[in-house]
Amino acid sequence: MKALYRVGFQTILYKEIRRFMLIAVQTILPPAITTILYFIIFGQLIGEQLGDMAGFRYIDFIVPGLILMAVISNSYANTVSSFYGSKFQRYIEEMLVSPLPNWVILAGFVSGGLARGVIVGIVVTGVALFFSDIQIYSYSVTFAVFILTAILFSLAGFINAVYANTFDDISIIPTFVLTPLTYLGGVFYSINLLPEFWQHVSLVNPVLYMVNAFRYGLLGVSDISLSVAFGIILAFIVVLAAYSMYLLNKGVGIKS
Amino acid sequence: MFALQIQQLSKQYSNGPRALEQVDLTVQKGDFFALLGPNGAGKSTLIGIICSLLNKSSGSVEIFGHDLDQAPETAKSLLGLVPQEFNFNGFEPVLAIVVNQAGYYGMPRHRALARAETVLKQLHLWDKRHTQSRDLSGGMKRRLMIARALVHEPHLLILDEPTAGVDIEIRRSMWAFLRKINQQGTTIILTTHYLEEAESLCRHIAIIDQGRIVECAPMAALLSQLAQETLVLDTAQALEQVPELDGFTLQQTASHSLEVTVSRQQGFSALFAGLKQAGIEVVSLRNKQNRLEQLMLDRVQRASGGAV
Repeated sequence: MKALYRVGFQTILYKEIRRFMLIAVQTILPPAITTILYFIIFGQLIGEQLGDMAGFRYIDFIVPGLILMAVISNSYANTVSSFYGSKFQRYIEEMLVSPLPNWVILAGFVSGGLARGVIVGIVVTGVALFFSDIQIYSYSVTFAVFILTAILFSLAGFINAVYANTFDDISIIPTFVLTPLTYLGGVFYSINLLPEFWQHVSLVNPVLYMVNAFRYGLLGVSDISLSVAFGIILAFIVVLAAYSMYLLNKGVGIKS
Repeated sequence: MFALQIQQLSKQYSNGPRALEQVDLTVQKGDFFALLGPNGAGKSTLIGIICSLLNKSSGSVEIFGHDLDQAPETAKSLLGLVPQEFNFNGFEPVLAIVVNQAGYYGMPRHRALARAETVLKQLHLWDKRHTQSRDLSGGMKRRLMIARALVHEPHLLILDEPTAGVDIEIRRSMWAFLRKINQQGTTIILTTHYLEEAESLCRHIAIIDQGRIVECAPMAALLSQLAQETLVLDTAQALEQVPELDGFTLQQTASHSLEVTVSRQQGFSALFAGLKQAGIEVVSLRNKQNRLEQLMLDRVQRASGGAV
Protein backbone atom coordinates (compact mmCIF):
# COMPACT_ATOMS: atom_id res chain seq x y z
CA MET A 1 0.00 0.00 0.00
CA LYS A 2 2.99 2.32 0.34
CA ALA A 3 3.18 2.54 -3.46
CA LEU A 4 -0.46 3.63 -3.43
CA TYR A 5 0.28 6.50 -1.05
CA ARG A 6 3.46 7.58 -2.82
CA VAL A 7 2.13 7.37 -6.38
CA GLY A 8 -1.25 8.82 -5.39
CA PHE A 9 0.41 11.77 -3.67
CA GLN A 10 2.78 12.37 -6.61
CA THR A 11 -0.15 12.25 -9.02
CA ILE A 12 -2.13 14.90 -7.16
CA LEU A 13 0.93 17.10 -6.68
CA TYR A 14 1.97 16.79 -10.34
CA LYS A 15 -1.58 17.59 -11.43
CA GLU A 16 -1.73 20.62 -9.12
CA ILE A 17 1.61 22.03 -10.25
CA ARG A 18 0.70 21.47 -13.90
CA ARG A 19 -2.62 23.25 -13.30
CA PHE A 20 -1.16 26.48 -11.95
CA MET A 21 1.85 26.47 -14.28
CA LEU A 22 -0.42 26.21 -17.32
CA ILE A 23 -2.08 29.43 -16.20
CA ALA A 24 1.10 31.11 -14.94
CA VAL A 25 -0.09 34.43 -16.38
CA GLN A 26 -2.93 34.29 -13.84
CA THR A 27 -1.05 32.65 -10.97
CA ILE A 28 2.66 33.52 -11.01
CA LEU A 29 2.88 36.81 -12.90
CA PRO A 30 0.32 38.95 -10.96
CA PRO A 31 2.09 38.72 -7.57
CA ALA A 32 5.33 39.76 -9.25
CA ILE A 33 3.64 42.81 -10.82
CA THR A 34 1.86 43.71 -7.56
CA THR A 35 5.09 43.46 -5.61
CA ILE A 36 6.89 45.69 -8.09
CA LEU A 37 4.15 48.30 -7.56
CA TYR A 38 4.42 47.98 -3.76
CA PHE A 39 8.18 48.50 -3.95
CA ILE A 40 7.89 51.48 -6.26
CA ILE A 41 5.08 53.21 -4.35
CA PHE A 42 5.60 52.25 -0.72
CA GLY A 43 9.27 51.39 -0.87
CA GLN A 44 10.73 54.13 -3.00
CA LEU A 45 8.26 57.02 -3.44
CA ILE A 46 6.76 57.05 0.05
CA GLY A 47 9.43 54.99 1.82
CA GLU A 48 12.21 57.47 1.14
CA GLN A 49 10.20 60.14 3.00
CA LEU A 50 9.71 57.88 6.02
CA GLY A 51 13.29 57.25 7.04
CA ASP A 52 14.34 54.12 8.91
CA MET A 53 12.09 51.60 10.65
CA ALA A 54 13.48 49.26 13.33
CA GLY A 55 16.92 50.33 12.19
CA PHE A 56 16.41 49.47 8.50
CA ARG A 57 15.55 51.45 5.39
CA TYR A 58 11.77 51.29 5.00
CA ILE A 59 12.03 49.42 1.67
CA ASP A 60 14.19 46.76 3.34
CA PHE A 61 11.82 46.60 6.31
CA ILE A 62 8.80 45.77 4.13
CA VAL A 63 10.53 43.16 1.96
CA PRO A 64 9.87 40.21 4.32
CA GLY A 65 6.20 41.15 4.73
CA LEU A 66 5.66 41.58 0.99
CA ILE A 67 7.24 38.21 0.21
CA LEU A 68 5.19 36.51 2.88
CA MET A 69 2.02 38.31 1.77
CA ALA A 70 2.47 36.80 -1.70
CA VAL A 71 3.13 33.37 -0.21
CA ILE A 72 0.01 33.61 1.99
CA SER A 73 -2.37 34.75 -0.72
CA ASN A 74 -1.09 32.32 -3.35
CA SER A 75 -0.94 29.18 -1.25
CA TYR A 76 -4.45 29.96 -0.02
CA ALA A 77 -5.76 30.81 -3.50
CA ASN A 78 -4.31 27.67 -5.04
CA THR A 79 -5.93 25.25 -2.64
CA VAL A 80 -9.26 27.03 -2.40
CA SER A 81 -9.70 27.35 -6.16
CA SER A 82 -8.38 23.91 -7.03
CA PHE A 83 -10.40 21.99 -4.45
CA TYR A 84 -13.54 24.01 -5.06
CA GLY A 85 -13.09 23.49 -8.81
CA SER A 86 -12.86 19.74 -8.26
CA LYS A 87 -16.09 19.89 -6.24
CA PHE A 88 -17.84 22.14 -8.73
CA GLN A 89 -17.00 19.98 -11.77
CA ARG A 90 -17.30 16.86 -9.60
CA TYR A 91 -13.93 15.42 -10.56
CA ILE A 92 -13.15 15.14 -6.85
CA GLU A 93 -15.16 11.92 -7.29
CA GLU A 94 -12.18 10.49 -9.20
CA MET A 95 -10.28 10.53 -5.92
CA LEU A 96 -13.17 9.64 -3.63
CA VAL A 97 -13.89 6.47 -5.58
CA SER A 98 -10.21 5.46 -5.54
CA PRO A 99 -8.47 3.72 -2.65
CA LEU A 100 -6.51 6.86 -1.74
CA PRO A 101 -6.92 7.58 1.97
CA ASN A 102 -8.12 11.04 2.89
CA TRP A 103 -4.79 12.09 4.39
CA VAL A 104 -3.08 11.53 1.03
CA ILE A 105 -5.75 13.60 -0.75
CA LEU A 106 -5.28 16.40 1.79
CA ALA A 107 -1.49 16.18 1.58
CA GLY A 108 -1.68 16.35 -2.22
CA PHE A 109 -3.83 19.49 -2.32
CA VAL A 110 -1.87 21.20 0.48
CA SER A 111 1.42 20.40 -1.24
CA GLY A 112 0.02 21.93 -4.42
CA GLY A 113 -0.67 25.13 -2.47
CA LEU A 114 2.79 24.91 -0.90
CA ALA A 115 4.39 24.51 -4.34
CA ARG A 116 2.65 27.61 -5.69
CA GLY A 117 3.49 29.57 -2.53
CA VAL A 118 7.15 28.58 -2.84
CA ILE A 119 7.38 29.41 -6.56
CA VAL A 120 5.63 32.76 -6.11
CA GLY A 121 7.78 33.45 -3.03
CA ILE A 122 10.95 32.82 -5.05
CA VAL A 123 9.72 35.06 -7.89
CA VAL A 124 8.80 37.86 -5.49
CA THR A 125 12.15 37.50 -3.69
CA GLY A 126 13.84 37.84 -7.08
CA VAL A 127 11.86 41.03 -7.71
CA ALA A 128 12.74 42.32 -4.21
CA LEU A 129 16.43 41.95 -4.95
CA PHE A 130 16.10 44.59 -7.67
CA PHE A 131 14.81 47.13 -5.16
CA SER A 132 16.62 46.29 -1.95
CA ASP A 133 19.93 44.84 -0.88
CA ILE A 134 18.76 42.53 1.89
CA GLN A 135 20.97 39.75 3.22
CA ILE A 136 19.45 36.65 4.76
CA TYR A 137 20.13 36.74 8.50
CA SER A 138 19.09 33.15 9.24
CA TYR A 139 18.54 30.67 6.41
CA SER A 140 16.93 28.08 8.67
CA VAL A 141 14.37 30.50 10.17
CA THR A 142 13.61 32.05 6.77
CA PHE A 143 13.13 28.66 5.13
CA ALA A 144 11.07 27.25 8.02
CA VAL A 145 8.67 30.22 8.22
CA PHE A 146 8.35 30.33 4.45
CA ILE A 147 7.33 26.65 4.25
CA LEU A 148 5.18 26.56 7.38
CA THR A 149 3.24 29.68 6.38
CA ALA A 150 2.49 28.23 2.95
CA ILE A 151 1.30 24.98 4.55
CA LEU A 152 -0.87 26.85 7.06
CA PHE A 153 -2.63 28.92 4.42
CA SER A 154 -3.00 25.99 2.05
CA LEU A 155 -4.88 24.23 4.85
CA ALA A 156 -6.99 27.33 5.46
CA GLY A 157 -7.80 27.51 1.74
CA PHE A 158 -8.76 23.86 1.78
CA ILE A 159 -11.24 24.39 4.63
CA ASN A 160 -12.71 27.40 2.81
CA ALA A 161 -13.19 25.25 -0.31
CA VAL A 162 -14.87 22.47 1.66
CA TYR A 163 -17.54 24.88 2.91
CA ALA A 164 -17.86 26.87 -0.32
CA ASN A 165 -21.01 26.39 -2.35
CA THR A 166 -20.48 29.19 -4.87
CA PHE A 167 -17.56 31.02 -6.44
CA ASP A 168 -18.47 33.98 -4.21
CA ASP A 169 -17.73 31.82 -1.19
CA ILE A 170 -14.14 31.33 -2.26
CA SER A 171 -13.49 35.04 -2.65
CA ILE A 172 -15.27 36.34 0.47
CA ILE A 173 -12.73 35.00 2.98
CA PRO A 174 -9.65 36.19 1.07
CA THR A 175 -11.19 39.62 0.54
CA PHE A 176 -12.77 40.29 3.90
CA VAL A 177 -10.60 38.23 6.26
CA LEU A 178 -7.25 37.34 4.74
CA THR A 179 -6.38 40.70 3.20
CA PRO A 180 -7.18 42.75 6.35
CA LEU A 181 -5.29 40.28 8.54
CA THR A 182 -2.27 40.49 6.24
CA TYR A 183 -2.28 44.28 6.00
CA LEU A 184 -2.71 44.59 9.76
CA GLY A 185 -0.14 41.86 10.41
CA GLY A 186 2.86 44.16 10.49
CA VAL A 187 3.80 43.93 6.83
CA PHE A 188 4.18 47.71 6.49
CA TYR A 189 4.93 48.75 10.07
CA SER A 190 6.31 47.66 13.38
CA ILE A 191 3.58 47.17 15.98
CA ASN A 192 5.77 49.14 18.38
CA LEU A 193 4.52 52.22 16.51
CA LEU A 194 0.95 51.49 17.62
CA PRO A 195 -0.68 52.67 20.85
CA GLU A 196 -0.44 50.02 23.57
CA PHE A 197 -4.09 48.96 23.21
CA TRP A 198 -3.71 48.28 19.46
CA GLN A 199 -0.45 46.47 20.10
CA HIS A 200 -2.40 44.00 22.26
CA VAL A 201 -5.18 43.72 19.68
CA SER A 202 -2.58 43.00 17.00
CA LEU A 203 -1.35 40.01 19.00
CA VAL A 204 -4.52 38.06 18.19
CA ASN A 205 -3.65 38.28 14.49
CA PRO A 206 -1.79 35.08 13.51
CA VAL A 207 -0.28 36.73 10.44
CA LEU A 208 1.68 39.05 12.74
CA TYR A 209 3.66 36.09 14.10
CA MET A 210 4.53 34.80 10.65
CA VAL A 211 5.56 38.19 9.28
CA ASN A 212 7.71 38.91 12.29
CA ALA A 213 9.33 35.48 12.34
CA PHE A 214 10.07 35.83 8.61
CA ARG A 215 11.42 39.32 9.17
CA TYR A 216 13.68 37.86 11.82
CA GLY A 217 14.92 35.29 9.30
CA LEU A 218 15.74 37.96 6.73
CA LEU A 219 16.70 40.99 8.83
CA GLY A 220 17.31 39.65 12.32
CA VAL A 221 14.62 41.83 13.97
CA SER A 222 11.15 40.92 15.21
CA ASP A 223 8.43 42.44 17.38
CA ILE A 224 7.59 38.96 18.64
CA SER A 225 9.60 36.25 20.36
CA LEU A 226 10.69 33.68 17.80
CA SER A 227 9.69 30.67 19.90
CA VAL A 228 6.22 32.15 20.48
CA ALA A 229 5.87 32.77 16.72
CA PHE A 230 6.85 29.21 15.81
CA GLY A 231 4.62 27.84 18.57
CA ILE A 232 1.63 29.76 17.21
CA ILE A 233 2.31 28.78 13.59
CA LEU A 234 2.71 25.11 14.44
CA ALA A 235 -0.39 25.15 16.65
CA PHE A 236 -2.43 26.62 13.81
CA ILE A 237 -1.12 24.00 11.39
CA VAL A 238 -1.99 21.16 13.75
CA VAL A 239 -5.49 22.50 14.41
CA LEU A 240 -6.25 23.24 10.74
CA ALA A 241 -4.87 19.88 9.58
CA ALA A 242 -6.91 18.02 12.18
CA TYR A 243 -10.04 19.94 11.25
CA SER A 244 -9.43 19.35 7.52
CA MET A 245 -9.15 15.62 8.16
CA TYR A 246 -12.34 15.71 10.23
CA LEU A 247 -14.17 17.44 7.35
CA LEU A 248 -12.85 14.97 4.78
CA ASN A 249 -13.66 11.95 6.92
CA LYS A 250 -17.19 13.23 7.50
CA GLY A 251 -17.51 14.07 3.83
CA VAL A 252 -18.60 17.64 4.58
CA GLY A 253 -19.27 19.50 1.34
CA ILE A 254 -18.42 16.49 -0.83
CA LYS A 255 -20.71 13.65 0.28
CA SER A 256 -24.37 13.67 1.27
CA MET B 1 -17.28 -15.68 -3.63
CA PHE B 2 -19.61 -12.73 -4.03
CA ALA B 3 -18.34 -9.80 -6.05
CA LEU B 4 -20.67 -7.62 -4.03
CA GLN B 5 -22.52 -8.32 -0.83
CA ILE B 6 -24.77 -5.67 0.68
CA GLN B 7 -26.49 -6.24 4.00
CA GLN B 8 -29.17 -4.18 5.69
CA LEU B 9 -28.10 -1.04 3.86
CA SER B 10 -30.13 2.07 4.67
CA LYS B 11 -29.75 5.67 3.71
CA GLN B 12 -31.56 8.62 5.21
CA TYR B 13 -30.70 12.00 3.66
CA SER B 14 -30.50 14.70 6.31
CA ASN B 15 -33.09 16.91 4.64
CA GLY B 16 -34.94 14.43 2.51
CA PRO B 17 -36.66 11.09 2.29
CA ARG B 18 -35.35 7.69 3.28
CA ALA B 19 -33.64 6.68 0.05
CA LEU B 20 -32.70 3.09 0.94
CA GLU B 21 -34.49 0.79 3.35
CA GLN B 22 -32.65 -2.27 4.69
CA VAL B 23 -31.33 -3.33 1.30
CA ASP B 24 -29.82 -6.82 0.98
CA LEU B 25 -28.19 -7.64 -2.33
CA THR B 26 -25.57 -10.07 -3.59
CA VAL B 27 -23.88 -10.19 -6.96
CA GLN B 28 -21.95 -13.30 -7.98
CA LYS B 29 -18.38 -13.05 -9.23
CA GLY B 30 -18.35 -12.89 -13.04
CA ASP B 31 -22.01 -11.92 -13.31
CA PHE B 32 -23.51 -9.30 -15.62
CA PHE B 33 -26.09 -7.81 -13.31
CA ALA B 34 -28.84 -5.28 -14.02
CA LEU B 35 -30.08 -2.90 -11.35
CA LEU B 36 -33.33 -1.41 -12.58
CA GLY B 37 -35.99 0.84 -11.20
CA PRO B 38 -37.90 4.02 -11.91
CA ASN B 39 -36.39 7.47 -11.43
CA GLY B 40 -35.81 8.23 -7.77
CA ALA B 41 -36.02 4.55 -6.79
CA GLY B 42 -32.63 4.59 -5.07
CA LYS B 43 -30.32 3.16 -7.77
CA SER B 44 -27.87 6.04 -7.80
CA THR B 45 -27.91 6.27 -4.01
CA LEU B 46 -27.05 2.58 -3.79
CA ILE B 47 -24.23 2.97 -6.30
CA GLY B 48 -23.04 6.14 -4.58
CA ILE B 49 -22.66 4.27 -1.29
CA ILE B 50 -20.92 1.27 -2.89
CA CYS B 51 -18.47 3.68 -4.54
CA SER B 52 -17.88 5.81 -1.41
CA LEU B 53 -19.45 8.90 -2.96
CA LEU B 54 -22.24 8.94 -0.37
CA ASN B 55 -22.30 8.15 3.34
CA LYS B 56 -24.56 5.30 4.41
CA SER B 57 -26.82 5.53 7.43
CA SER B 58 -26.44 1.86 8.39
CA GLY B 59 -25.59 -1.55 6.97
CA SER B 60 -22.51 -2.99 5.32
CA VAL B 61 -20.96 -3.32 1.87
CA GLU B 62 -18.39 -5.95 0.96
CA ILE B 63 -16.51 -6.06 -2.33
CA PHE B 64 -15.01 -9.51 -3.03
CA GLY B 65 -15.21 -10.18 0.71
CA HIS B 66 -13.51 -6.95 1.76
CA ASP B 67 -15.64 -4.72 3.95
CA LEU B 68 -15.75 -1.13 2.75
CA ASP B 69 -15.40 0.19 6.32
CA GLN B 70 -12.82 -2.30 7.59
CA ALA B 71 -10.59 -2.57 4.52
CA PRO B 72 -11.47 0.40 2.32
CA GLU B 73 -8.23 0.49 0.35
CA THR B 74 -8.43 -3.15 -0.73
CA ALA B 75 -12.17 -3.01 -1.38
CA LYS B 76 -11.97 0.20 -3.43
CA SER B 77 -8.98 -0.98 -5.47
CA LEU B 78 -11.21 -3.76 -6.90
CA LEU B 79 -13.91 -1.39 -8.02
CA GLY B 80 -14.39 0.80 -11.08
CA LEU B 81 -17.22 3.28 -11.61
CA VAL B 82 -18.73 4.82 -14.72
CA PRO B 83 -21.01 7.48 -13.26
CA GLN B 84 -24.19 8.84 -14.73
CA GLU B 85 -22.99 12.46 -14.99
CA PHE B 86 -19.75 13.56 -16.63
CA ASN B 87 -17.31 14.16 -13.79
CA PHE B 88 -13.94 14.94 -15.25
CA ASN B 89 -12.00 18.16 -15.51
CA GLY B 90 -13.11 19.64 -18.81
CA PHE B 91 -9.78 21.40 -19.28
CA GLU B 92 -7.68 18.27 -18.95
CA PRO B 93 -6.66 16.25 -22.00
CA VAL B 94 -8.06 12.76 -22.38
CA LEU B 95 -4.74 10.99 -21.73
CA ALA B 96 -4.06 12.98 -18.54
CA ILE B 97 -7.48 12.09 -17.14
CA VAL B 98 -6.91 8.37 -17.62
CA VAL B 99 -3.27 8.40 -16.47
CA ASN B 100 -4.10 10.43 -13.35
CA GLN B 101 -6.87 8.01 -12.46
CA ALA B 102 -4.35 5.14 -12.64
CA GLY B 103 -2.12 7.16 -10.32
CA TYR B 104 -4.91 7.39 -7.75
CA TYR B 105 -4.81 3.60 -7.68
CA GLY B 106 -1.04 3.57 -7.10
CA MET B 107 -0.06 2.60 -10.66
CA PRO B 108 3.40 3.98 -11.53
CA ARG B 109 3.40 6.48 -14.37
CA HIS B 110 5.15 4.31 -17.00
CA ARG B 111 2.64 1.51 -16.41
CA ALA B 112 -0.24 3.98 -16.31
CA LEU B 113 0.78 5.37 -19.71
CA ALA B 114 0.92 1.89 -21.23
CA ARG B 115 -2.39 0.87 -19.70
CA ALA B 116 -4.03 4.16 -20.76
CA GLU B 117 -2.92 3.52 -24.33
CA THR B 118 -4.52 0.07 -24.23
CA VAL B 119 -7.91 1.20 -22.90
CA LEU B 120 -8.05 4.33 -25.05
CA LYS B 121 -7.35 2.23 -28.15
CA GLN B 122 -9.98 -0.32 -27.10
CA LEU B 123 -12.53 2.49 -26.78
CA HIS B 124 -11.39 4.24 -30.00
CA LEU B 125 -10.18 7.35 -28.18
CA TRP B 126 -6.44 7.10 -28.75
CA ASP B 127 -6.57 9.63 -31.59
CA LYS B 128 -8.22 12.07 -29.18
CA ARG B 129 -5.67 11.61 -26.38
CA HIS B 130 -4.43 15.20 -26.54
CA THR B 131 -7.93 16.72 -26.85
CA GLN B 132 -9.39 18.55 -23.86
CA SER B 133 -12.25 16.47 -22.56
CA ARG B 134 -14.76 19.34 -22.89
CA ASP B 135 -14.22 19.23 -26.67
CA LEU B 136 -15.31 15.59 -27.00
CA SER B 137 -18.74 14.56 -28.28
CA GLY B 138 -21.26 13.08 -25.84
CA GLY B 139 -20.51 9.52 -26.95
CA MET B 140 -16.77 10.07 -26.63
CA LYS B 141 -17.22 11.46 -23.12
CA ARG B 142 -19.13 8.31 -22.16
CA ARG B 143 -16.35 6.15 -23.60
CA LEU B 144 -13.76 8.25 -21.78
CA MET B 145 -15.51 7.52 -18.48
CA ILE B 146 -15.41 3.80 -19.30
CA ALA B 147 -11.70 4.01 -20.17
CA ARG B 148 -11.01 5.86 -16.93
CA ALA B 149 -12.92 3.28 -14.91
CA LEU B 150 -11.03 0.39 -16.53
CA VAL B 151 -7.50 1.76 -16.41
CA HIS B 152 -6.70 0.07 -13.08
CA GLU B 153 -8.25 -3.24 -14.22
CA PRO B 154 -11.09 -3.43 -11.68
CA HIS B 155 -12.67 -6.78 -10.87
CA LEU B 156 -16.07 -5.16 -10.40
CA LEU B 157 -17.25 -2.50 -12.84
CA ILE B 158 -20.35 -0.45 -12.05
CA LEU B 159 -21.98 1.47 -14.88
CA ASP B 160 -24.68 3.98 -14.02
CA GLU B 161 -26.61 4.57 -17.24
CA PRO B 162 -23.52 4.36 -19.45
CA THR B 163 -25.37 4.67 -22.75
CA ALA B 164 -27.67 7.56 -21.86
CA GLY B 165 -27.84 9.97 -24.77
CA VAL B 166 -25.59 8.06 -27.17
CA ASP B 167 -26.67 6.95 -30.62
CA ILE B 168 -27.56 3.36 -31.39
CA GLU B 169 -24.32 2.59 -33.24
CA ILE B 170 -22.13 3.67 -30.34
CA ARG B 171 -24.49 1.98 -27.91
CA ARG B 172 -24.15 -1.33 -29.72
CA SER B 173 -20.37 -1.05 -29.89
CA MET B 174 -20.37 -0.34 -26.13
CA TRP B 175 -22.52 -3.41 -25.56
CA ALA B 176 -20.05 -5.55 -27.51
CA PHE B 177 -17.18 -4.10 -25.50
CA LEU B 178 -18.92 -4.71 -22.17
CA ARG B 179 -19.78 -8.29 -23.17
CA LYS B 180 -16.14 -8.87 -24.02
CA ILE B 181 -14.74 -7.60 -20.71
CA ASN B 182 -17.42 -9.57 -18.84
CA GLN B 183 -16.34 -12.71 -20.69
CA GLN B 184 -12.77 -11.93 -19.68
CA GLY B 185 -13.83 -12.08 -16.03
CA THR B 186 -14.93 -8.59 -14.98
CA THR B 187 -18.12 -8.60 -12.95
CA ILE B 188 -20.46 -5.89 -14.22
CA ILE B 189 -23.36 -4.10 -12.57
CA LEU B 190 -25.41 -1.97 -14.93
CA THR B 191 -28.23 0.49 -14.40
CA THR B 192 -30.06 1.68 -17.47
CA HIS B 193 -33.37 3.02 -18.66
CA TYR B 194 -32.91 1.15 -21.94
CA LEU B 195 -34.47 -2.11 -20.84
CA GLU B 196 -33.62 -3.94 -24.04
CA GLU B 197 -30.02 -3.19 -23.08
CA ALA B 198 -30.45 -4.92 -19.72
CA GLU B 199 -32.36 -7.81 -21.30
CA SER B 200 -29.73 -8.31 -23.95
CA LEU B 201 -26.66 -8.05 -21.69
CA CYS B 202 -27.53 -9.14 -18.16
CA ARG B 203 -27.92 -12.56 -16.59
CA HIS B 204 -29.32 -11.43 -13.25
CA ILE B 205 -31.57 -8.56 -12.38
CA ALA B 206 -32.64 -6.64 -9.31
CA ILE B 207 -35.54 -4.21 -9.37
CA ILE B 208 -35.47 -1.44 -6.82
CA ASP B 209 -38.37 0.79 -5.94
CA GLN B 210 -38.80 3.32 -3.15
CA GLY B 211 -35.50 2.25 -1.65
CA ARG B 212 -36.34 -1.47 -1.47
CA ILE B 213 -35.33 -4.40 -3.63
CA VAL B 214 -38.68 -5.69 -4.90
CA GLU B 215 -37.29 -8.41 -7.16
CA CYS B 216 -33.93 -10.14 -7.52
CA ALA B 217 -33.64 -13.17 -9.78
CA PRO B 218 -32.00 -14.61 -12.89
CA MET B 219 -33.17 -12.74 -15.98
CA ALA B 220 -34.53 -15.87 -17.69
CA ALA B 221 -36.50 -16.97 -14.62
CA LEU B 222 -37.96 -13.52 -14.25
CA LEU B 223 -39.01 -13.17 -17.87
CA SER B 224 -40.67 -16.57 -17.72
CA GLN B 225 -42.94 -15.18 -15.00
CA LEU B 226 -44.58 -12.71 -17.39
CA ALA B 227 -48.32 -13.37 -17.14
CA GLN B 228 -49.07 -12.05 -20.61
CA GLU B 229 -47.41 -10.43 -23.57
CA THR B 230 -48.86 -8.09 -26.17
CA LEU B 231 -47.63 -8.82 -29.69
CA VAL B 232 -47.75 -6.74 -32.83
CA LEU B 233 -48.18 -8.94 -35.92
CA ASP B 234 -47.43 -7.78 -39.46
CA THR B 235 -49.47 -9.62 -42.10
CA ALA B 236 -48.66 -10.42 -45.71
CA GLN B 237 -52.04 -9.22 -47.00
CA ALA B 238 -54.02 -6.14 -46.12
CA LEU B 239 -56.73 -7.02 -43.60
CA GLU B 240 -60.30 -6.39 -44.65
CA GLN B 241 -61.73 -7.32 -41.27
CA VAL B 242 -60.39 -8.34 -37.88
CA PRO B 243 -60.48 -12.13 -37.55
CA GLU B 244 -62.29 -13.65 -34.62
CA LEU B 245 -60.23 -16.24 -32.76
CA ASP B 246 -61.58 -18.16 -29.81
CA GLY B 247 -60.05 -16.84 -26.56
CA PHE B 248 -58.04 -14.03 -28.22
CA THR B 249 -58.94 -10.39 -28.68
CA LEU B 250 -57.34 -9.00 -31.81
CA GLN B 251 -57.19 -5.38 -32.75
CA GLN B 252 -56.28 -3.97 -36.14
CA THR B 253 -53.82 -1.11 -35.80
CA ALA B 254 -53.00 -0.58 -39.51
CA SER B 255 -53.89 -2.15 -42.84
CA HIS B 256 -51.19 -4.85 -42.44
CA SER B 257 -50.96 -4.88 -38.65
CA LEU B 258 -52.69 -6.62 -35.75
CA GLU B 259 -52.26 -6.39 -32.02
CA VAL B 260 -53.04 -9.31 -29.70
CA THR B 261 -52.51 -10.06 -26.01
CA VAL B 262 -51.50 -13.63 -25.23
CA SER B 263 -51.49 -15.09 -21.73
CA ARG B 264 -49.05 -17.79 -20.60
CA GLN B 265 -51.94 -20.27 -20.33
CA GLN B 266 -52.99 -19.67 -23.92
CA GLY B 267 -49.55 -19.96 -25.51
CA PHE B 268 -48.58 -18.89 -29.01
CA SER B 269 -49.35 -22.17 -30.82
CA ALA B 270 -53.11 -21.72 -30.48
CA LEU B 271 -52.85 -18.15 -31.76
CA PHE B 272 -50.86 -19.04 -34.88
CA ALA B 273 -53.02 -22.08 -35.57
CA GLY B 274 -56.11 -19.84 -35.42
CA LEU B 275 -54.54 -17.22 -37.70
CA LYS B 276 -53.56 -19.88 -40.24
CA GLN B 277 -57.10 -21.22 -40.19
CA ALA B 278 -58.41 -17.71 -40.82
CA GLY B 279 -56.08 -17.45 -43.83
CA ILE B 280 -53.84 -14.80 -42.35
CA GLU B 281 -50.14 -15.09 -43.09
CA VAL B 282 -47.92 -13.45 -40.47
CA VAL B 283 -44.64 -12.13 -41.89
CA SER B 284 -43.15 -10.68 -38.72
CA LEU B 285 -43.95 -10.11 -35.09
CA ARG B 286 -42.57 -8.13 -32.15
CA ASN B 287 -43.44 -7.38 -28.56
CA LYS B 288 -45.46 -4.18 -28.29
CA GLN B 289 -43.66 -3.36 -25.07
CA ASN B 290 -40.23 -4.56 -24.04
CA ARG B 291 -40.79 -7.68 -21.91
CA LEU B 292 -38.54 -6.43 -19.16
CA GLU B 293 -40.32 -3.09 -19.13
CA GLN B 294 -43.61 -4.90 -18.69
CA LEU B 295 -42.15 -6.96 -15.87
CA MET B 296 -40.59 -3.98 -14.15
CA LEU B 297 -43.80 -1.99 -14.25
CA ASP B 298 -45.63 -5.01 -12.87
CA ARG B 299 -43.22 -5.42 -9.95
CA VAL B 300 -43.12 -1.72 -9.15
CA GLN B 301 -46.90 -1.53 -9.34
CA ARG B 302 -47.22 -4.54 -7.06
CA ALA B 303 -44.74 -3.10 -4.54
CA SER B 304 -46.57 0.21 -4.37
CA GLY B 305 -49.97 -1.41 -3.96
CA GLY B 306 -51.17 -0.84 -7.49
CA ALA B 307 -50.55 2.87 -7.87
CA VAL B 308 -47.54 4.05 -9.82
